[in-house]
Amino acid sequence: MTTAARTVLTLAALTLKEAARRRVLRALAALTVVLLALSAWGFSRIAAETDSLTSGEAKLVASQVLNLVMFGMSLIAALGTAFLAGPTLAGEIESGMALSVLARPVHRSAVLVGKWLGLVAFGSGFVAVAGLAQFLIVRATVGYWPPQPVAGLALLAAQTTVLLTLGLLLATVVSPMASGIVSVGLFGATWIAGVVSGIGEVLRNESLARVGTVSRMVLPTDGLWRGAMHSFQDPTALAQFGAEMDGFPFLSLAPLTLTYLAWTAVWVALILALTSVSFLRRDL
Amino acid sequence: MTAGPTARPGGLGVDEARRLAELPPSPAVWCSGLRKRYGRQTAVDGVSFTVGRGEIVGLLGPNGAGKTSVIKILLGLVRPDAGEVLLLGRPARDPRSRARVGYLPELFRYQPWLTPGEVLALHVRLAGVAVPAEERRACLATVGLADRADDRVGGFSKGMQQRLGLAVALVARPELVVLDEPTSALDPVGRADVRDLLLALRSRQVAVLLNSHLIGEVERVCDRVVILDKGRVAAAGSLPELLGRRELRLRLGGVSAGAEQRLAAVGPLTRDGDSFTVALPAEADPTTVPDLVADLVALGVRVHAVEPGRISLEERLLGILRAGREGDR
Ligand SMILES: Nc1ncnc2c1ncn2[C@@H]1O[C@H](COP(=O)(O)OP(=O)(O)O)[C@@H](O)[C@H]1O
Ligand SMILES: [Mg+2]
Repeated sequence: MTTAARTVLTLAALTLKEAARRRVLRALAALTVVLLALSAWGFSRIAAETDSLTSGEAKLVASQVLNLVMFGMSLIAALGTAFLAGPTLAGEIESGMALSVLARPVHRSAVLVGKWLGLVAFGSGFVAVAGLAQFLIVRATVGYWPPQPVAGLALLAAQTTVLLTLGLLLATVVSPMASGIVSVGLFGATWIAGVVSGIGEVLRNESLARVGTVSRMVLPTDGLWRGAMHSFQDPTALAQFGAEMDGFPFLSLAPLTLTYLAWTAVWVALILALTSVSFLRRDL
Repeated sequence: MTAGPTARPGGLGVDEARRLAELPPSPAVWCSGLRKRYGRQTAVDGVSFTVGRGEIVGLLGPNGAGKTSVIKILLGLVRPDAGEVLLLGRPARDPRSRARVGYLPELFRYQPWLTPGEVLALHVRLAGVAVPAEERRACLATVGLADRADDRVGGFSKGMQQRLGLAVALVARPELVVLDEPTSALDPVGRADVRDLLLALRSRQVAVLLNSHLIGEVERVCDRVVILDKGRVAAAGSLPELLGRRELRLRLGGVSAGAEQRLAAVGPLTRDGDSFTVALPAEADPTTVPDLVADLVALGVRVHAVEPGRISLEERLLGILRAGREGDR
């Protein structure tokens, strides 16, 4: 194994251990359990009410509510990783914890990539476990199973990755707390931009619609989120009622394009490279 | 491919390789012309020095002299504006130059969610050295943390964290150890432990660069000192070179003019009542003092006390720094 690979893996393992042992994880777990319990109750109510609906309507309702709950989940994942990503780098520089690590025979970029990899593994693991639990709850209560669960969860994991990469970049230039707050703020802003552009499309207002397109390029979280939603919702129900639901924030009409996925990968690589440059130049 | 006996372009011939192997090993630290500015504040201004293999060098100077900045430049933590650094023969730009370097930062803090044993394991892995678990445990024991090996670092006091920092600096079998104020948080016992540690390192031929406020400590263990002031090297040299003069303090009764002449014959003499101080030559003959005492007694002088004295490093340091301040005016 080369030195760089060893550094990356060592730092990734260290970051995972940090995530597992710090209070962030417990807070995240508690929030998730609350959300899962609430959704279990909610879905059981839906199951009780939907006797009067057609099966297509019931599926559409289940899709929407599932997407709503998954949005909450992705928000928790985003908050958790953004507030983990910032402090893990900026906090270590500020406290002096980085000094003894970086004085070892390691490249700074390998340390950075190791941290990033550990955070990605943590965020993706969280999304996979919590998402799967949610699907099982939905199946047990209303008997609905999303058409593409794996692809959807992968897109949610990608969304988390995008946000934590941004958190790392911000952490090299501003304070740890500020980096968490700013990246969550940007996440919220692009989501709102996405909703605004949905309304724009309904109203046939092109400049409003363009807001979402641009913001989805600048920060790919909202685009990935829409792709994830598309994999969670029932296609037949959507085909039936879709036209009426245009612009609704918790349904997505179009799947993601490969081009957009490629752009997301490029975006992550770019931001990571930028972080690396900023980190390399930094005096500790 | 076999290496021929003659030199090939771009490669080393056998003769050259042998000559290289016979060269004395490159110094532990070699730096030249280091410069660093923070905004308008010049922190390091043309610093050059070397630390030989197995040598203990003290880095001294007032607060803000640039000691920590120099150390961070050596370790690649701060980018110098100018200057070159070689660590153990490799340019410091190459991270591998730090493979055999241990470091205790001035601002020391270790992962609070790990145990000391895990911190050492982490550093050993990053250093790329295979150090068995018993050796790591022994290293914790040398800094007095053996019984806390399984507690979280988060619950440690400042002094215990500094001890852990010392263990981190020592664990990966270093050939050079850089300690930035290693006793700042330690109790007197801890300081004595550090002194013993330094002496043990010297006996194992490990080079040490040490920055400490406790000049007495530096004086006791260092082979050489480098004195920094306002980012510049104000003085450097071995302790005998820097402290040079030794002196003899005597308390005498019934001193005649002849006896005073005999005293003055040894070296410059100062008198304060019945106390006499004679500066001894740097390379004094071992018989100088006994001969002097015998002659004084023969001259009828009552000898109450004779004690060798040395200008302390502290006095010398203050002298050098004051001279620097006056030079500025
Ligand atoms: N990160 C920094 N930013 C701005 N100024 C700094 C920084 N680090 C050190 N300095 C300045 O450089 C000078 C030398 O500091 P330092 O090397 O820490 O001194 P010492 O360790 O000898 O006390 C001081 O004037 C200090 O204010
Ligand atoms: Mg200092």
